[in-house]
Amino acid sequence: MNYNWNWAVIFTEPYLGWLLKGLQLTLTIACCAGVIAFCIGGVVGICRTLDVAPLRIAATAYVELFRNVPLLVQLFIWFFVVPELLPKTWGHYVKRDLPFPEITTAIICMGLYQAASIAETVRAGIQSVGRNQRFAGLAIGLTTFQVYRYVLLPVTIRTIIPPLASTFLATVKDSSLALTIGVLELTAQSRQIEVYTFQGFEAFFAATLLYQAVTVVVIFAMQYLEKTLRVPGMLSLAQK
Amino acid sequence: MIEIENVSKWYGPHQVLKGCSLSVKKGETLVVCGPSGSGKSTLLKCVNGLEKFEEGKITVERTSVGDPSTNLPRLRSKIGMVFQNFELFPHMTALDNVCLGQNKVLRRSKAESVSRSMALLERVGLADHASKYPGQLSGGQAQRVAIARALGMDPVAMLFDEPTSALDPEMISEVLDVMIELARDGMTMMVVTHEMGFARKVATHIVFMDHGAIIEDVPKETFFSSPGVRAQAFLSKLLSH
Amino acid sequence: MFGNFDFQVIVRWAPLLAEGMALSLLLTGIAIIGGVVLGAVLAIMRLSPSRLLSWPSGFYVNFFRSIPLILVIFWFYFSVPIVIGRPVGSFYSVLIAFTMFEAAYYCEIIRAGIMSVGRGQSAAAQAIGLSSFQAATSVILPQAFRNMLPVLLTRSIVMFQDTSLVYVVGLRDFMTTADIVATRENRIVEMYLFAAVVYLAICFAGSMWARSLQRKYAI
Repeated sequence: MNYNWNWAVIFTEPYLGWLLKGLQLTLTIACCAGVIAFCIGGVVGICRTLDVAPLRIAATAYVELFRNVPLLVQLFIWFFVVPELLPKTWGHYVKRDLPFPEITTAIICMGLYQAASIAETVRAGIQSVGRNQRFAGLAIGLTTFQVYRYVLLPVTIRTIIPPLASTFLATVKDSSLALTIGVLELTAQSRQIEVYTFQGFEAFFAATLLYQAVTVVVIFAMQYLEKTLRVPGMLSLAQK
Repeated sequence: MIEIENVSKWYGPHQVLKGCSLSVKKGETLVVCGPSGSGKSTLLKCVNGLEKFEEGKITVERTSVGDPSTNLPRLRSKIGMVFQNFELFPHMTALDNVCLGQNKVLRRSKAESVSRSMALLERVGLADHASKYPGQLSGGQAQRVAIARALGMDPVAMLFDEPTSALDPEMISEVLDVMIELARDGMTMMVVTHEMGFARKVATHIVFMDHGAIIEDVPKETFFSSPGVRAQAFLSKLLSH
Repeated sequence: MFGNFDFQVIVRWAPLLAEGMALSLLLTGIAIIGGVVLGAVLAIMRLSPSRLLSWPSGFYVNFFRSIPLILVIFWFYFSVPIVIGRPVGSFYSVLIAFTMFEAAYYCEIIRAGIMSVGRGQSAAAQAIGLSSFQAATSVILPQAFRNMLPVLLTRSIVMFQDTSLVYVVGLRDFMTTADIVATRENRIVEMYLFAAVVYLAICFAGSMWARSLQRKYAI
């Protein structure tokens, strides 16, 4: 194998700085998108469990639409197509005055994409609480809204923490697609280093290590969150 | 108090309730029994509108359950229901379970609902377990909390859906004792159960259902002294307590 | 709004787009087969009581599941020529990247499928005198396969969508071809929307099929 190893590359400036800036962008996109995804996905997921047919159908359509088109295609549509289809004034704002257009577009795109995933998780979580819990809430005279607020959602939140963590980690990985519209996130930076220095193994290895580090931190955070929200004895109930 | 007139219900092409009629007067205890799949639980859930029915009429204290203009949450707050699998809210303590309905539906103050709930937990013998979570309670304890939760709403009638079927044998009597006392205190009750000993003690009359239809509807003494053919076959398969 | 959009462009470039789709499907197909085979081997290794087998396969799976597919594509695009010692077309680098990446995911699906067959089943099988091998082939694996089939299908649909990422190395799959046409003819809106509709149709049909299989084979 004909290759010059030079591990020092990833520890020297400016390359180390590139990697860290890339990591920062990756995390920014993932966190902002994550917030959007959680809010929208939560609402869509709840709608899928309601008895109101129009809401349920609209929510199902949302999920099917955003899950059956590749993320890359969605990203290009948001970045290239949507500005063309917007009414004149909005189109001008988006094309000229929008601050950080690539990053903003990436955040919106990833947020709406992952919202579909979260919607499915929330739906499954609510359904796993069971019809009878819903009945028990209704039986003491709670309205449907109150049943969700006091009975279904508090239990659902606790059960869906692991899948939510997975979705967040998926968002972190998906943020790499933003490089196709020019965002210099972590993967893009490692490729830059490879292009500049030909030290591909080292560069990609560094990026890999950083992604792994993010995964470990998120898993720890998830376990901490689970412990904080735990209700004594609830795990055994969930398995009944 | 509870009037069921000619109620029929279908799940798709399958008819699960066939023209059922019965009535429970104030203070009476009605026991509904029959083989699995006879529609007893479904009929019970129709009384407080948890299940919808296609034909017939159900009135509780002269409020029609099937009427679209009826305020179902308000109706349900006046009828207590106890489920086979207790269905306590697992993320709340026993006390909070009993208080939830009072706080959110009856709009009682926290202090009032706590004192009433403690009194109810005392009544079912579980005042010491007020701050335990459902996952920490035994089946019999959980079911008694569930009864207290239903009583917290000061209901005019109580519905019981096989309240002891999910319990280990040694815990059945602690729950039945609470129910017997409730009946003797004059609560209007409709109970779906296999516990014939309970029926013998406090039932006013007994309904036997099979395949979605009411086969027998007779006073307690008649049922036990001369049951109809199918009821007799059913009874003989039960182990008597 | 759609007044001056020219959808004829799609018809004109249909042959090239079809070639692109053929590549997407070819890539998906080979990666599915390779991924399932490798994934099955990894799954068996992970389930083995021997640390020598379970540890490396566990490491492999966690490694590939914690990094983005684009990074994996870059990794292999860069390193395959170096390891082999001579230039290799992007198709083969990408194929290896996909296969090894997806194998990690298939491994987890297969492992979950096998574990989902309750312990009671293997106990019952042994109780009637079946050997471990017979129990595995006659009792456990048929049930495991039925459980995992819908999830395997769903994952394959996701992989079909993932093939669009070969864009980053310029390989001419359906998405890249649509992009080329879009830039050449300056018909960005039409081409991207067209690409979205095509993917939507194929993936939606696929997921409907997966759902019907799930209903048919549910235990």
